[in-house]
Amino acid sequence: MDPKALGYLAAGIGAALTVIGAGLGIGKLAAAAMEASGRQPEVAGQVRTSMIIAAALIEGATFFALAICIVLAFK
Amino acid sequence: MTLVFQQIEGVAADTARAAADSLGAAAGHGTPPAGGGGSGVDFGELLHHVQDAGTIDTPFGMLQLPKFPPIHVGQLVIDMSPTKHVVFVWIAALILCVVAIAVARRIARQSVPTGFANLFEMMVVFMRDEVAIPNMGFAGLRYMPYLLTTFFYILVMNLMGLIPYGASATGNVSVTAGLAIIAFVVIQASAIRAQGLGHYLAHLTGGVHWSLWPIMIPIEILGLFTKPFALCMRLFANMLGGHIVIVSLLGLIFVFGSYVIAIAPVTFVVGINFLELFVAFLQAYIFVMLTSLFMGLGIQAAEGSHAGAGHDAPVHHAS
Repeated sequence: MDPKALGYLAAGIGAALTVIGAGLGIGKLAAAAMEASGRQPEVAGQVRTSMIIAAALIEGATFFALAICIVLAFK
Repeated sequence: MTLVFQQIEGVAADTARAAADSLGAAAGHGTPPAGGGGSGVDFGELLHHVQDAGTIDTPFGMLQLPKFPPIHVGQLVIDMSPTKHVVFVWIAALILCVVAIAVARRIARQSVPTGFANLFEMMVVFMRDEVAIPNMGFAGLRYMPYLLTTFFYILVMNLMGLIPYGASATGNVSVTAGLAIIAFVVIQASAIRAQGLGHYLAHLTGGVHWSLWPIMIPIEILGLFTKPFALCMRLFANMLGGHIVIVSLLGLIFVFGSYVIAIAPVTFVVGINFLELFVAFLQAYIFVMLTSLFMGLGIQAAEGSHAGAGHDAPVHHAS
């Protein structure tokens, strides 16, 4: 197969796998946050703040992989 | 509301000109661009808007930036000509200096600020009470200037990507790498200052038997570099990804090639612009929070080894 075509294919599959990982991770995080807020509504604000911070960190890892996919798609 | 529409108009006009250029170029070359949709939109041409370039798009036409001859230093060839992102870095620094100095003067004059100065002070106090002191204790107050500068600078650079004809310099990996290098230097400097050079080097060995040092020390040194590298990539990819999504959605208008269909992409782009606004603030905050966290690890390692366990720095919350 044409190496360029393989590159595009790899970029697409890579991006999809990355988003699966991010979605699963942040989904679990949000589930835990919802449960904690339900159990103890008075700390819901702090839980929400921690959730956003953890989500941003997980997305940071996602974006490494996405940056590699972008580089693959344009090299 | 009108601001949002002007913004959309700006980005759409921007994309329109680029797409017109690409279609014109395609007609000139006689072959349709690769990877297109209905009207043959070239994704590479669209990406033009989020990448660095030697020209700046202004409302008065394309401004060509000067190209300086490359400087040869031995084997290295250094090209010092300014590019679009470099100019936006300067503009952001200028805006931040003007705004911050004006706000500081206003607060010095009346100790209870109102209006924009109040908002600025709110963010500064938030940085002090929620980021610097919980992570570093009262010793962290000496690093507040660096943390505040970083936070507001990244924030201004991120926000400039959202205005029409603007570009976010943080969408360039070189800019975020520069910020990460400075963060690395400050983190190591704070660790050395808190622990002393001897203890700092001792921590690099990780407390293993001396025969394992040749393995341990390179790993530990590499570990020192991964954290700022993560900071760099996180900020860069967040900003770049957001802008690519906006530009791609607007490019859909040209794929479909009709004005009626334009209402759908524009609605999506409005939503994504709001998300980008949130992400601009969030990523600036995360960069600074992680930097202060890493600095706090170094400072606490010092206190842990000096005073033993159970000795915490006093933490007050202003609320």
